[in-house]
Amino acid sequence: MSNSTITNEFALARLSAKFGDKIISSETPFDLLTIEVPSADAHEIIQWLKEDEVLKVSYLTNLGGVHYPTDKDREFAVVYHIHSLVNNFRIRVKAFIPLGNPAIATITDIFVGANWMERETFDFYGIIFTGHPNLKRILNEEDMDYHPMRKEYQLEDDTRQDKDNRFFGR
Amino acid sequence: MGKITDGKVETIDYQGFQLTTLDKAIGAARANSMWPLPFATSCCGIEYMATMGSNYDLARFGMERMSFSPRQADLLIVAGTISKKLAPILRQVYEQMAEPKWVLSVGACASSGGIFDTYSVLQGIDRIIPVDVYVPGCPPRPEQIIDGIMNIHALVKQESLRRRYSDKYKSMLNDYNIETDVK
Repeated sequence: MSNSTITNEFALARLSAKFGDKIISSETPFDLLTIEVPSADAHEIIQWLKEDEVLKVSYLTNLGGVHYPTDKDREFAVVYHIHSLVNNFRIRVKAFIPLGNPAIATITDIFVGANWMERETFDFYGIIFTGHPNLKRILNEEDMDYHPMRKEYQLEDDTRQDKDNRFFGR
Repeated sequence: MGKITDGKVETIDYQGFQLTTLDKAIGAARANSMWPLPFATSCCGIEYMATMGSNYDLARFGMERMSFSPRQADLLIVAGTISKKLAPILRQVYEQMAEPKWVLSVGACASSGGIFDTYSVLQGIDRIIPVDVYVPGCPPRPEQIIDGIMNIHALVKQESLRRRYSDKYKSMLNDYNIETDVK
């Protein structure tokens, strides 16, 4: 980040000094520091980032899910975008979880604003945020019986009879 | 004596009174004093606002007053994308309207789902409520919406006063599983 008071290298070095091997990998696409962490440690690392006196990454910008259907045991990613308002510094934390047990600890105890974001991610991907106070659908109909952003489900409405796949690219 | 031909009203020797049927007199009154309920959810709603505004001026047709309560509305104007989550609410609004009632579907989304061929969007409001007139367009211009309303007026003028008691109307409501208190 150009106007940031700390550099990606400095933040990564500080994270690595604290967590060592728990930082599985890191990259900086578009100059945005992105780290991958084990799903079991994501909660601890995000809490530390918020409470660290130097980094002060205390604002949760966004939280979302990704589905990679072909990655064995890494089918789902939970992506946290967090922002240090003091340092004008952004960091992205990714944690991968398997299709068989798509569960990760909630961060609603760290950021209250994560509540609806985790509900949305649950709604669309079926990712279970353990410890979430109210994990139920938020955007889709309550009686929907699947998680529509998973890639095994088609995006189109399956009740349409009048569209020919050859012409509509379905 | 005067005659009624082709729906037109004829005077008798210019003596100051006219002959018509009650259906036609009431139909003309209804058509020229409709209270529409705009159920506007997206860009078609913006076009509808222009239609209500002073340039296009729906008030010319006796539609000065928008009724935001379905209980007092005659015409439901659905303008915009209806998601599946919103569908039961739209249906409830329709059910709360008193007879006689008409429905104008404005734009591609309300009529067919439009470009939103997706799991979360209702593929046309005629899947949940009966529609009288469809206005195509994405979004339709105010002229097109006015044309749709003119078509609604034509329907209203020729509709029987006893439409709600007709077997055809009842069976149509029955097809939509809409209960009616008309026996």
